[in-house]
Amino acid sequence: MAPSDDFPISRRGLLAGGAASVATAAVARPAMAEAAPSRAPASPPTAKVDFEVNGTAHSLELDTRTTLLDALREHLRLTGTKKGCDHGQCGACTVLVDGRRINSCLSLAVQHDGDRITTIEGLGQPGNLHPMQEAFVVHDGYQCGYCTPGQICSAVAVLDEIKAGIPSHVTADLSVAPAVTPRELRERMSGNICRCGAYSNIVDAIVDAAGVKA
Amino acid sequence: MKFDTPATENPIDQLKVVGKPTSRIEGPLKTSGTAPYAYERHDAVPNQAYGFIVGSAIAKGRIASIDLAEAKAAPGVLAIVTAASAGTLGKGDFNTARLLGGPEIQHYHQAIAIVVAESFEQARAAAGLVRVRYTRDKGNFDLASSLDGAIKPPAFFGTEPDSSFGDFDAAFASAPVKLDEHYTTPDHSHAMMEPHASIASWDGDKLTLWTSNQMIAWSVGDVAKTLGIPRENVRLVSPYIGGGFGGKLFVRADAILAALGAKAAGRPVKVALPRPLIANNTTHRPATIQRIRLGATPDGKLTSIGHESWSGDLKGGGPETAVGQTRLLYAAPHRMTAMRLAVLDLPEGNAMRAPGEAPGLMALEIAIDEMAEKLGMDPVAFRILNDTQVDPEKPERKFSQRQLNECLRIGADKFGWASRNPKPGLTRDGRWLVGTGVAAAFRNNLNEKSAARVRLDRAGRVIVETDMTDIGTGSYTIIAQTAAEMLGVPLDRVEVRLGDSLFPVSAGSGGQWGANSSTAGVYAACAKLRTAIAQKLGLDPAKAAFANGKVSAGGKSIALARAAADGEVVAEDMMEYGDLAQTFQQSTFGAHFVEAAVDAATGEIRLRRMLAVCAAGRILNPKAARSQVIGAMTMGAGAALMEELAVDKRFGFFVNHDLAGYEVPVHADIPSQDVIFLDEVDPTTSPMKAKGVGELGICGVAAAVANAVYHATGIRVRNYPVTLDKLIDRLPAIA
Amino acid sequence: MKSFTYERVDTPAAATAAFARTPGARFIAGGTNLLDLMKLEIETPSHLIDVSRLKLDTIEPTSDGGLRIGAMVRNTDLAADARIRRDYGLVSRALVAGASGQLRNKATTAGNLLQRTRCPYFYDTNQPCNKRQPGSGCAAIGGFSRLHAVVGASEACIATHPSDMAVAMQALDATVETVDKAGKARRIALADFYRAPGSTPHLETALAPGELITAVTLPKPVGGTHIYHKVRDRASYAFALVSVGVVVQPDGSGRVALGGVGYKPWRVKAADAELPRGAKAVTSALLAGAKTSHENAYKLPLVERTLAGVLAQAKG
Repeated sequence: MAPSDDFPISRRGLLAGGAASVATAAVARPAMAEAAPSRAPASPPTAKVDFEVNGTAHSLELDTRTTLLDALREHLRLTGTKKGCDHGQCGACTVLVDGRRINSCLSLAVQHDGDRITTIEGLGQPGNLHPMQEAFVVHDGYQCGYCTPGQICSAVAVLDEIKAGIPSHVTADLSVAPAVTPRELRERMSGNICRCGAYSNIVDAIVDAAGVKA
Repeated sequence: MKFDTPATENPIDQLKVVGKPTSRIEGPLKTSGTAPYAYERHDAVPNQAYGFIVGSAIAKGRIASIDLAEAKAAPGVLAIVTAASAGTLGKGDFNTARLLGGPEIQHYHQAIAIVVAESFEQARAAAGLVRVRYTRDKGNFDLASSLDGAIKPPAFFGTEPDSSFGDFDAAFASAPVKLDEHYTTPDHSHAMMEPHASIASWDGDKLTLWTSNQMIAWSVGDVAKTLGIPRENVRLVSPYIGGGFGGKLFVRADAILAALGAKAAGRPVKVALPRPLIANNTTHRPATIQRIRLGATPDGKLTSIGHESWSGDLKGGGPETAVGQTRLLYAAPHRMTAMRLAVLDLPEGNAMRAPGEAPGLMALEIAIDEMAEKLGMDPVAFRILNDTQVDPEKPERKFSQRQLNECLRIGADKFGWASRNPKPGLTRDGRWLVGTGVAAAFRNNLNEKSAARVRLDRAGRVIVETDMTDIGTGSYTIIAQTAAEMLGVPLDRVEVRLGDSLFPVSAGSGGQWGANSSTAGVYAACAKLRTAIAQKLGLDPAKAAFANGKVSAGGKSIALARAAADGEVVAEDMMEYGDLAQTFQQSTFGAHFVEAAVDAATGEIRLRRMLAVCAAGRILNPKAARSQVIGAMTMGAGAALMEELAVDKRFGFFVNHDLAGYEVPVHADIPSQDVIFLDEVDPTTSPMKAKGVGELGICGVAAAVANAVYHATGIRVRNYPVTLDKLIDRLPAIA
Repeated sequence: MKSFTYERVDTPAAATAAFARTPGARFIAGGTNLLDLMKLEIETPSHLIDVSRLKLDTIEPTSDGGLRIGAMVRNTDLAADARIRRDYGLVSRALVAGASGQLRNKATTAGNLLQRTRCPYFYDTNQPCNKRQPGSGCAAIGGFSRLHAVVGASEACIATHPSDMAVAMQALDATVETVDKAGKARRIALADFYRAPGSTPHLETALAPGELITAVTLPKPVGGTHIYHKVRDRASYAFALVSVGVVVQPDGSGRVALGGVGYKPWRVKAADAELPRGAKAVTSALLAGAKTSHENAYKLPLVERTLAGVLAQAKG
């Protein structure tokens, strides 16, 4: 929002006691430089993007501002990918792009032309669940379920990352290939917040799906 | 059905289905992304437009003017609603501040407008073009400097602000060993993963809201009251809820502004609160300042317990009831508690997981640890010594069940407590200082009346309908287990439909009353259905046994489905409660044990082990119940180590208002966790003989962590969260 | 988010040319910070030039025995590169201490350097912030400043730079390679890359408008023990309260840089020389003239203690 700026708070006023010393106040205006003059109502710029989601080709003409997350949820109605924060702070929107996990909220859809995207719906469906999905059910690796698709997509990618030898913050020796251990999994899954606190069950589920002994 | 005498043997006691660690029946939907949450109901109604909420830029004052011209002219904009155009709005019974502010502003990020547009991107951009001028008033934002003006609040949800027993002042004055300390807990944010979200659709003067709400019936009433329409014109649908923790007990701005936006735009509108708005726009757990005084004899008997708590809220709000548990947890002949409430102009304080007990035990269970140390006693033994089996303020009143000492003993044994060095600061593991801590857990059990409708269809399937919600608690599964047990069918023959105001009114999800209360309601409906089925089949209802899909009595055995051969058999009933909860004090108990390691150089704190032992009545589903407890332990770890809404006392708002700034635990913070449930049935609570457990798990955890940090370092931190900046000046020198 | 037009370019020359012809343009690569800020209208480009597919995604040896890291090399790939892991462990360690696996898969080397501050007042457009709106004031001064700078700050701004990778690169004397609107290439020592806030905290780097980072080069390996200790309340997925990156040689000499204390990765050459004398001496040299608030004063002892722990660890 952009309140008017008639009475800017001086830093002096701020230091002198902030709000109390300022009778009428306005607040800072966002992004001054480009505060563009209002345009006549026109359709916002769009761009065409072609990508594949869960094996199906899609061709979309999108408002350029559309994130990959909103393209999936609002345009393709694949609502399994969740919007928890829309700012890369929670991981609920995790999807796989060409096999790598990313936050779909911090990615413009138009940047994904030609990409292969896998969402939770593409991993498995009721009656035909992916082993990771099965493991989450068995280990109760969720509660409210909202972060769950992101956790599962992330978990699938984490096992691939370990297999590919990508180090993590807790990898003790950078010259040795990392292993699937609870400690490695906890660190690597830390970009997926679960406020219900299912973490220890999630790690059990991933260990189970990975086929290693905890 | 009225529950007014302790339960005797009933079909639930068979425990063929109930009590089993069944996987959640909705698991395949949640793990495949096909469980629909509020904002995702593309199927619900066509032609949905997008709303974006504008929050106030000041904490207190007035809107001098709003210029909507640019926003209205922006591409795709369909409607803008502000207080000036919304018409007269009421305020819900459960809301303190109004959900649409203006011209008066009551708190930062209070909603002041909704912009409705064809797309999310257009609505968000146009919201940025709403020009607002404010007149800022002086506000009061600092609890610590407001104690003198704090008042004695009226009773809050049945909790009196003060209590006293014996002669606390005299007993404390003459106590041979004394503790008198202050503790603080900060404001906490629920930070559930699913933002508050709603889709609103009007059909004439009837409103449907697909929303994310823990308490359907409360919220139907508050939507109706706020919008000034009859409650029968309001329907709420909330089958999946992406976490609530108390933050979705009430109607919030998403629902009301979606409804107003939909009316103005003439089409359905969907709204989610942007994450950066949630901490200040919605409710939070209020900060507390607590004073605890304990007096004891040299041999460790408490003679006096005093607990005072100060908290703040907007005018008309209530206190954080942080002294409640202290009235019931430990024996002592002389006692006092008191709560005082200051008026603050911060966002609205309200319930968050275990309101009262969670922050209260954060303080009390450090104090108990400190007193044990003063006495030279083991903190487990000190707690056990001061156990009470009766309500200390009403000694004639017994606890229905109280196994706190068993929790402590079993936990100590399982955790290896005996090998602990009683002296703090002496255990090293390389660069880490290692310590262990314990705390008692206590949370009252509440029962709320709850209704359900149960149908038997021609195929022999059982369908349960109730407006109960599942916020991750496992309601779907335990309700299915209850119906399956009562009607003698396998779990997969039961379908559970929740969260729709067309269904009978349930207890809803709050106060850890949901599991026992809602299943008791289903029990009542199933009992009625059993009678109807038996009668239909010509069997004696009093003798009919329901098992293996058959109903048997008097030597006859008939397939259950036969009863519905000529149409569904339907029964609806409600469980109501007599005065057993007055006769007996019904509470849940536990003990938390934590091992923490503190980096000797940096003071970084990392948890190594967590154990909870819980005694909470019959555990209806040990798998789901365990998840509730580990989740609560995780939230408690957050409260101990990182969670704090940082107050800007000049401008009156929570500064760290997103998930980067307000840190909650991540995977790497949480070690493997153990939970033990003691074998307990409580026939005074309901025919289910169960109690709540979802809030018990958070009670005391933070203090166990703080006590472990003390044991590791010898540094006592009484102001949460326990962060390294509070240790750094007192850690041992680094070689 | 303001609306914008979008184009994708294939070469650095096309990128800078596009910038030159389009007012209000910004480059976007991983987008993990830019898009975040655009949603809040803290950044409001009217045109985005997508440089994410420039062929600047390789890591090549340089003639003097170092490595040239393409601007578009993803954080994950940089951290996992065998040469980086072997010879520049500090870079690998710093990278994996930052953000999350998802973000590191998207974020680029150049974008990591260009991250903007995470000061919560910068992020809240209702609040005064000289970095976001020059002349509006600094709400962090006198406000919630637990995370803020203790060195190099000004009366106008006490924000910190959030990058971990940059701390490692600063310690290793990295150089930023760029090409400007006219197609002219230049090299900027990372030490000279970030501008002190002074009275113009909105000007953050030495880059001219339209100047594009093409690579970051690391000089030949310096050997030694590489340790990066990021201190934070939460065990992962959090910005540093402080971080300490060191390279320590067997004789006790070495180099040190800090994160979380200033507007840039903080390195004082004179402090390197103090390394054999221990953490107290080094910290005195590093944080000389530090200015703290009640809320961030802990960073001074924290730096010294973290460094002491790291030096003890380096000794083994």
